[in-house]
Amino acid sequence: MADASWLTSFPQLSRMELLTIRKTLDGAYKAFSREYGDAIESIFHPILAFLVWFEKLLINTPWPIIILVIGAIVYFASRSWKLLTGVVIALLLVGFFGMWEDTMSTLSMITVCTLISIVLGIPIGIGMARSDRFQKVMMPILDVMQTMPAFVYLIPVVMLLGIGKIPGLISVVIYAIPPVIRLTNLGIRLVDSEVLEAATAFGANGRQRLFNVQIPLAMPNIMAGINQTIMMALAMVVVASMIGVKGLGQPVLKSIQNQYFTLGLFNGLAIVALAIIFDRVSQAYAKRSQKHMKGAHS
Amino acid sequence: MSNTLIEVKGLYKLFGSNPKAHMPLVHQGLGKDEILAQTGHTLGLKDINLSIKEGDISVIMGLSGSGKSTLIRHFNRLIEPTEGQILVGGTDVMSLAEKDLEQFRRHRMSMVFQRFGLLPHRTVLDNVSFGLTIQGIKKKEANERAIEWLETVGLGGYENQYPAQLSGGQQQRVGLARALATNADILLMDEAFSALDPLIRSEMQDQLVELQEKLQKTIIFITHDLDEALRLGNNIAILKDGELVQDDKPEEILLNPATDYVEAFVRDVNRARALTVETVMQPQEFRITATTIEEALKQMRAHKDDYAYHVTDDGYQGMLSQESLEEYYQEDKTAKLTEEHYEDLEPIAPDAALEEILPETLASDYPVPVVDEEGEFMGSLSRDALAEVLSPEASSEEANTDKSAPSEEGSETPAEKDESKVKQPTTSA
Ligand SMILES: Nc1ncnc2c1ncn2[C@@H]1O[C@H](COP(=O)(O)OP(=O)(O)OP(=O)(O)O)[C@@H](O)[C@H]1O
Ligand SMILES: [Mg+2]
Repeated sequence: MADASWLTSFPQLSRMELLTIRKTLDGAYKAFSREYGDAIESIFHPILAFLVWFEKLLINTPWPIIILVIGAIVYFASRSWKLLTGVVIALLLVGFFGMWEDTMSTLSMITVCTLISIVLGIPIGIGMARSDRFQKVMMPILDVMQTMPAFVYLIPVVMLLGIGKIPGLISVVIYAIPPVIRLTNLGIRLVDSEVLEAATAFGANGRQRLFNVQIPLAMPNIMAGINQTIMMALAMVVVASMIGVKGLGQPVLKSIQNQYFTLGLFNGLAIVALAIIFDRVSQAYAKRSQKHMKGAHS
Repeated sequence: MSNTLIEVKGLYKLFGSNPKAHMPLVHQGLGKDEILAQTGHTLGLKDINLSIKEGDISVIMGLSGSGKSTLIRHFNRLIEPTEGQILVGGTDVMSLAEKDLEQFRRHRMSMVFQRFGLLPHRTVLDNVSFGLTIQGIKKKEANERAIEWLETVGLGGYENQYPAQLSGGQQQRVGLARALATNADILLMDEAFSALDPLIRSEMQDQLVELQEKLQKTIIFITHDLDEALRLGNNIAILKDGELVQDDKPEEILLNPATDYVEAFVRDVNRARALTVETVMQPQEFRITATTIEEALKQMRAHKDDYAYHVTDDGYQGMLSQESLEEYYQEDKTAKLTEEHYEDLEPIAPDAALEEILPETLASDYPVPVVDEEGEFMGSLSRDALAEVLSPEASSEEANTDKSAPSEEGSETPAEKDESKVKQPTTSA
C-alpha cells in the first residue's frame, strides 16, 4: 500500500501530453481553415447576399410601410384585431425609443435563420421519422447542438469564416434548428397509423403518403417546432452579436461592458417584444389552420 | 353458382424479428402460446385456406386477437405473409412488384376502416375523391364522381364539412363512399360498423345490403358480432387464435357448429330471427297428384302418413288429411278435389324468418307447407322440427355432456358479451 496516490489525485495526462493534443488538433484545424476557408465561404455567399439585401430592404423602406406590411401579415395570420393593435403599438414604441434600425437588423437575421432552419430541419426530421437508424445517429448530435455552450462552437466557426454575418447565422441556426427537427420527427411518427394505412390501401406511393398524409397530420407538431426555433434564434441574438452580427444584441453587449443599465433594458425589451410578436402570430396561425382537425365538439 | 374470385392458400403469418427461422416450430403444430413462450414471436395466422366467391359478402369472424385484421390486411398486402399465397382473379398478390401493387390497390380493392381512417385536414369531398386523385384523375372529374357517391350514401350537401364535424355514422358513410368511388370490384371492411351505436349500425347494415344488390361487389367483411355476420354474410369464416375453425354457410354455422368455440359464439343468437324457413324445412317427396277423391284416397292409403299435400301442374293446391278424405269418399267418391276439401292451413314462404311463422306453425297439428312466390311446393315444416331448432339445448347437447364444458364455455364467451358489460357503465354515466 505504499503508493496509493492514484486514489487521491486523478491519474491524468501530463501537461505536456495535453498540450500536444491541443496543439495538433488546433494546428490541423487551422491548416484546414486556411486551405478551405475561402471555398466554404463562397458556398455561403448567396445566403450572405440575400441577408444583406433583406436587411437593407427592411432598413431603407420607410417605417410606416414596414408597419403596414407587418400589420397585414399579422392580421392575415391571426385574424385578430387585438393582436394587430398590440403589435403596432409595440413597433411604434420600439421606433420611438430609437431602436428601429437595430430591430430591423435583428428581424432580418431572425427571418433568414428561421427560413434556413425550416428548409434544413423539416427534411432532416422526415428522414429521421423514416429511418430508425438515421434517428439513432441524429439524436446524440441534436443533444450536443442543444447543450454545448454556444461559445464553444462559435470558436471553430470564427476560425473558419472570420467575424461577420455568416458565422453569426451559422451559430444561430445550429442553436435553433433542433426543435424543428425533433418535432417534425415526432409529429410524423405520431401520425394515426390507420389514416396512413388507409392511404396505402388506396394505392398511395411514398411521396403521396408524405405530402397528403404525414406532413399535414404532423403539422401541429411541426408548427410547435418552428415556434420554438424562432424563440431560440431570438435568444441567440445577443450571443451572435459578439461575433459581429448587427442588431439589438450589440447595444446589449455594449451595456454589459459599460454597465449601461437602461440601454440594456430597452434593447432587451425590444427583443422580448419581437419574441412575443413572433410567438403569438405563429401560434394564432397554427391554431387557425388546424381548427377543423379538432371538430365542432371540442 | 358464382366463381371463386379470391383464393388463400396455406397462409401463415408469424410476427417478430426473425419469423422465417421459427417456421419449423409452427409446422410442428405448436400452439400460439407455446410459440410465444419459446421464441417471443406471435403467431398471427396459421395455415389459412379460404376461397371467396365473386359477388358474395364473405364474413370473417372471431374474438379480439384472433387474427381477423391480420388476415384482411393480407388481401391488399398491407401485411406481408410469412408463407403462403393469395390469388385474386388468378394473380398472385405476393408476386406483384411495388408499382404493380400500387395499381392493384388503386383499381382492384378498396378498404373501409374501423376508426374510419379519414383525413382530418380535408373536407368530406376531398376525402371521398382521395382514391381518385391518387390515381391521377383530374380534380374536376374526381369531384364530380365523389359528389355522386356522397349522394348515393345519403350525404349530399355535406361536401364542404370536415370529418370532425360529422357523427360517427356519417363519417363511416364518407369512408364507404371513398371506398366505392374507386370502382374497385373488391371491398375490404375491417370491423367497419363496430364503432357505431346499435341503431346507426343496423341502418348501415341495411344500406350495405341495399348497395350490394345494386353494385354486386365482392365484399370481405370483418366483425366480431355474430348477429351482424348472419345479417350480412353469404358465407362465414370463423377464426380462433389465428386458425380457421369453420368456414360455412350461416345456417350451417348456427345449426352445426364445428367446435365448442363456434358453439359458444352461436349460443346467444336469436335463432328465430336469424334462420329462415328454407334452412329448417324438410323436403317432401310425396305429393298427391290426383284429381278425384277416389284417386286421392288411394294415393293417401299407400302412403305412411295420414296427411299429404295436393300438388298439380299449376303448383301447390292445398293440404289433405286421410280422415276427412275418408268422409268425403263416403259422400261422393267421384267428386273432383276442390277448395272445400282442403284442410284450413295457410302455406308459409321459404324466405320468411322463423320468428314470423312461429305462432301458426306451433298451433298447427300438421306440418305447415312451404310454398314459394311462384306457387311451387318446396317442403314442409313441422312443429317438432321447429321446436328442436329453436331450443338451445338441442344443438348444444354435445357440449353439455362434456364435463369440462362449463368452465371452458366461461372463458370462451364471445366478445360481444364482454363488450356489453363494459359498455353499460359508460352509457349510463
Ligand atoms: N404488428 C404486429 N406485431 C406483433 N404482433 C401482432 C402485430 N399485429 C398483430 N399482432 C398479433 O396478432 C394477433 C392477431 O391480431 P389482429 O389484430 O389480427 O386481431 P383481430 O382479430 O383483428 O382483433 P381485434 O378484434 O381486436 O381487432 C394478436 O395476437 C396480435 O397481438
Ligand atoms: Mg382487428
